[in-house]
Amino acid sequence: MPFEWFVAIRYLREGRVQTLLILAAVSVGVSVIVFLSALINGLQTSLLKQTLGTQPHITLVPAELVARPLFAATTVAATTIEKSPQRLQSINQWPTVLEQVERVPGVVAASNTVTGAAFATRGVAEKPVLVHGVDPERFLSVIDVRSKMKAGYFRVSGDGVVIGVGLASLLGLAIGDKLRLSTTLGDDALVVVRGIFDLGNKDVNERWVISTLRVAQTLFDLPAGASSLELRVASVFDADTIAKDLAERTGLEANSWMKVNAQLLVGLRSQSNSKVMIQFFVVIAVALGIASVLIVSVVQKSREIGILRAVGTPASRVLRVFLIQGGVLGLTGSITGCALGALFAKFFQTLASNADGSPIFPVELSPGLFAGASALAILIGLGSALLPARRAARLDPGEAIRHG
Amino acid sequence: MADAQPVLQVEQLVKEFGDGVVTRVLHGIDLQLQRGELVALIGPSGSGKSTLLNLIGLLDRPTSGRVILQGKDTRGLDDRALTQLRGETLGFVFQFHHLLPAFTAQENVMLPAYARAGQPSAAMRERAAEMLRAVGLAAKITTRITDLSGGQQQRVAIARALAHDPPLVLADEPTGNLDTASADEVFELMRRCNAERGTTFLVVTHDPRIAARCARVIEIVDGRIAR
Ligand SMILES: Nc1ncnc2c1ncn2[C@@H]1O[C@H](COP(=O)(O)OP(=O)(O)OP(=O)(O)O)[C@@H](O)[C@H]1O
Ligand SMILES: [Mg+2]
Repeated sequence: MPFEWFVAIRYLREGRVQTLLILAAVSVGVSVIVFLSALINGLQTSLLKQTLGTQPHITLVPAELVARPLFAATTVAATTIEKSPQRLQSINQWPTVLEQVERVPGVVAASNTVTGAAFATRGVAEKPVLVHGVDPERFLSVIDVRSKMKAGYFRVSGDGVVIGVGLASLLGLAIGDKLRLSTTLGDDALVVVRGIFDLGNKDVNERWVISTLRVAQTLFDLPAGASSLELRVASVFDADTIAKDLAERTGLEANSWMKVNAQLLVGLRSQSNSKVMIQFFVVIAVALGIASVLIVSVVQKSREIGILRAVGTPASRVLRVFLIQGGVLGLTGSITGCALGALFAKFFQTLASNADGSPIFPVELSPGLFAGASALAILIGLGSALLPARRAARLDPGEAIRHG
Repeated sequence: MADAQPVLQVEQLVKEFGDGVVTRVLHGIDLQLQRGELVALIGPSGSGKSTLLNLIGLLDRPTSGRVILQGKDTRGLDDRALTQLRGETLGFVFQFHHLLPAFTAQENVMLPAYARAGQPSAAMRERAAEMLRAVGLAAKITTRITDLSGGQQQRVAIARALAHDPPLVLADEPTGNLDTASADEVFELMRRCNAERGTTFLVVTHDPRIAARCARVIEIVDGRIAR
């Protein structure tokens, strides 16, 4: 074993109580970081997944329709739409635009849709709905509904439609049942339920009716038209930038999910900020802990350090002896800390769960998180050992032996 | 030629302490030690013996004058070079043994060599064990320093000072806190080493019996060589 390691480990073992105390402190610190990150990352991931599970990353609509958020999933202003039975507009030459936007870097999928408000009636029951006329394969590559089917299949062809579980229960619909869709302008269509989905959002489940393009085009009197283009991008947080770019290229109104969900984003951001703040203070506390233990050790051992120097130990080796102690404290503390944090997180997850058995507080324990926390702890260890180590290396051997 | 060259040459060594009020502790010391000498350094308390030893041991720098070790002028050497020279040519025995309490006797003896090489070797371990056997501690090789008596600890310190066969050993009151029997034993050890290996010893002592057994005695009074 190299000299520095030999001496460092012996010193750590010699000051057993101090070493154990500081290891406990580092472990608790690291476990707080791991636990907090796991919880907040988990929450954010599931929130994002839920939000993006029911809306495209970017929606392109004709510029005139600025005031109407057509596709704001959770806040579909059905009432607003009801009040203004304005005719839907088609995007000019949408096939060309579709081809154009598909080639824009960052855009991974695009779907042309006809989306509009209508009423669904079955017998005497009537409910306001939002009809999405889609090209099934294109639509599914933007919003994955197929894996969320609760009954039947995603079979959108001919007069087949899929609806949400909410609407199905409101109207008492089952697979194979018929329902009538009608608009305030007087058009209507008779369709058959082929599948029932659950997208995990009450509003969407109660309002969405996904039909073929043709059904919607007829219903809203947009022959061969598309009222919006819906896009999926590779990296969700680039959506805003790409949307701005697309608006410029196409002259259309481009709404990104980030704009539609501005409040959610503010919430996520402040959550992340408070996480960073807490972690920052934990890091400071851990660093101060390690540094103070090592400084005390250097003071206690200044005579011994003087002896080591007197018998020919280079100052650089003395420096490394203390750096290694800091690094080892950080590393060991991070291993137990990661385990402890993961345990906390797992335990917390079991405390509360949704009706379907999924946890209310989903935690996200990734290898990256452990690696990050460990790297951080080692850096803290080395960083906080730097001052004591330099102090040790600079000790004047004669002085240290005389007064140490 | 090597024989003609003194192991240690001290020329006009002056040491002052303090920034504002300067106290001159050593007033121009001249001294030469030849190979194989066993020299006692005596003098009243506060006369500057330890200060002189620290300067010779390269643990402290003189205000003026110079220390020449084995023909090598140590003025102007940087910390790295001083550390290396110290490790190669000097052995230290202090009044309070100055061993490392966290380590065993053997580890303490091999530590200087280990520190310089960076890696341990079987030869180092064997050498340390051999030195401990030579000072009569064959049974204590793997014992922790803190479990040894004062006399035993001082013998470990001597083993450590001699392990790398330095040409010059500096001992500051090596028997200072030992009972008479242990003190005799420790001094005898140094004398034997001096006789067998030709190691030069400079021994600071307050014990007249020990000074009397040294071939040469240097007395310092008030920072000057009196005899
Ligand atoms: N670092 C220092 N700063 C200031 N004065 C010092 C320092 N070291 C030693 N002195 C002074 O130098 C003088 C000589 O001290 P030194 O330790 O060399 O004496 P000594 O001969 O070894 O005494 P003793 O026999 O008691 O060990 C003393 O007056 C002491 O106070
Ligand atoms: Mg003294």
